[in-house]
Amino acid sequence: MNILVCVKRVPAPGAKINVTEDGLSVDSAHLGFTTSPHEECALEEAVQISERDGGEVTVLTLGPVEAEEQLRYGASVGAHHIILVPTDGSAWDPQRTAAALTTAIEQAEQANGQPFDLILFGNESADSGGFQVGVRVALKLGRPSVNAIKGIDPGDGSVIARREIDGGFEVYEVPTPAVLGIKEGINLPRYPTMKGRLASKKATLETAEIAAEPGGQALIRLHRPPEQASTTEILGTDETAAVRIVDILEEIGVLA
Amino acid sequence: MSLLVVLEHDRGKWVEANDEALTAARKLASDMGVELHAALVGVGARDLVSQAATGGAAVVHLCEHEVLTDYGPDAVGETVAQLVASINPSAITAVGTSRGNEVLAQLAARADLPFVANCMTVAPSDGPWSMTRVQWGGSLLEDATLDAPTKVLSFGHHSVVAEVADAPGAGEVREFAPALDPAMAATIVRDRDVQTAGVTLSTAPVVISGGRGVGSAEGFDQLEELAELLGGRVGCSRAVTNLGWRNHTDQVGQTGTRIAPEIYIATGISGAIQHWVGAMASKRILAINTDAEANMVTKADYAVIADLHKVVPAITAEIRRRQG
Ligand SMILES: Cc1cc2nc3c(=O)[nH]c(=O)nc-3n(C[C@H](O)[C@H](O)[C@H](O)COP(=O)(O)OP(=O)(O)OC[C@H]3O[C@@H](n4cnc5c(N)ncnc54)[C@H](O)[C@@H]3O)c2cc1C
Ligand SMILES: Nc1ncnc2c1ncn2[C@@H]1O[C@H](COP(=O)(O)O)[C@@H](O)[C@H]1O
Repeated sequence: MNILVCVKRVPAPGAKINVTEDGLSVDSAHLGFTTSPHEECALEEAVQISERDGGEVTVLTLGPVEAEEQLRYGASVGAHHIILVPTDGSAWDPQRTAAALTTAIEQAEQANGQPFDLILFGNESADSGGFQVGVRVALKLGRPSVNAIKGIDPGDGSVIARREIDGGFEVYEVPTPAVLGIKEGINLPRYPTMKGRLASKKATLETAEIAAEPGGQALIRLHRPPEQASTTEILGTDETAAVRIVDILEEIGVLA
Repeated sequence: MSLLVVLEHDRGKWVEANDEALTAARKLASDMGVELHAALVGVGARDLVSQAATGGAAVVHLCEHEVLTDYGPDAVGETVAQLVASINPSAITAVGTSRGNEVLAQLAARADLPFVANCMTVAPSDGPWSMTRVQWGGSLLEDATLDAPTKVLSFGHHSVVAEVADAPGAGEVREFAPALDPAMAATIVRDRDVQTAGVTLSTAPVVISGGRGVGSAEGFDQLEELAELLGGRVGCSRAVTNLGWRNHTDQVGQTGTRIAPEIYIATGISGAIQHWVGAMASKRILAINTDAEANMVTKADYAVIADLHKVVPAITAEIRRRQG
């Protein structure tokens, strides 16, 4: 099974998210970068399937040239091919992103001479959370898609996909080639090994310059939600605080 | 002129999110000065018409087809896209649950329209609309504009408080029979694995979480013991799930579960923003941390600045002492 995984480079904020002065992006001057945990899990799932059943894994991202970092990380945990669609670093809306990714996927499939059996997305991107790029790409490619997937069993010509619902799972049997939106929890992503890291340096970065028209959603300004004013009552600095804690548990009625 | 709200159901069972959807849609329709229509799709939908009317729908579009034996993103998305092409509403909305956002994404892709997910407030106008929407799972807000002949947008789940409608809508039923390719059955739900859930993390009255500070998988035994005494559930941070100490089903945060207990006891958790957004709906927060500067501590209502391995057993012992 050949699998393509789409990941997006995003800053990794700590205790607080700061916004740049123009309000157009997260101030990442002192931050590292990562991808959404959903996308990390999508990649791990793809690598596990390829290790078990054969086939190759390709990672694709659209973003600034620095997004090569996320692609190399992908190679370090087992991806065979990495593709970058470079942008000037500005935020692309979901329609524009989906259009460019679709073209990149079509080009890659043409070069391979066959479609990817599975294309995996995160259920939503970590930052802008548009909940749609995967669905748009699936429809442009004319393939079935299901989101919020937390389990995949590849079969012959189809995959069983499990979607979490309240108190259980819905089960889908989707004919391949197909598109799935993955959620964290489907697996436990591995960390790169030293060998993986070395191999990732040698992976060939393919670049696909693709233009696409902006869509109808435009970012005006980012801002932090109003902070709930809070004063913290320090109950103590050792285990004797337990008495006060249990008083509080009684007061609020959670101690039957 | 109308606003179409797409309602959700599970084989004829009303879902709570619909009350939010109708509350938000009534207000938006009134701001737009248009009639509120509702779409109900698939098997069992017929039983829910009166609830949609009670929620304010003037017209209920009942969409049935033999392919629509259960939920399926492609079939439901295509049905809504055909309904929209037929009745031409000015805007389409839903609540941003998994299904709500998926169906609107399907609709938008099929109709080649933009789709703005998880709005908190929406200001309609004759030109482009303005809205404030959620980024980073709620850690950040985005002011955005939506320029399209037909507006497609969802409201963030839990960003609207459900209210009862002042007056019911007429609830006039209009049947709609979409033309669906039988191949769309490919992404219809086949089966369900239902697990018996006791108190779940999202509904537990008390949640006691551990972070990296717990130090090991075994370190969670003391949290389990306390949770049991309190009829609560044990949660954790992503650092803990990544270390393999706990299952992802226990993870609180942006990519885990959102909780809203009477009290959240966060032990050995630094309080990264992605963890905080999952916990901030808690009524009260108690942080137990060795670091007085940790974000979890400075944002909590109560804090103990000490080693959790000493404090947690002391709480358990104190409860046992009082209970005799
Ligand atoms: C897109 C994205 C999504 C994410 N989603 C989530 C999510 O859903 N949920 C989530 O939790 N994280 C999430 N994260 C990860 C998050 O950024 C943090 O890395 C994570 O929450 C840190 O976990 P922690 O607090 O357990 O660990 P740390 O940050 O390492 O904190 C450990 C804390 O334990 C304290 N401590 C140590 N020893 C003791 C002791 N003996 N007694 C008391 N205190 C002690 C320390 O002072 C410290 O405050 C996400 C990250 C990204 C980028
Ligand atoms: N710039 C991008 N490059 C590659 N994949 C992306 C990009 N933006 C979004 N995606 C993928 O689409 C999914 C859904 O994104 P979104 O619609 O923004 O929530 C993400 O989890 C990624 O898998």
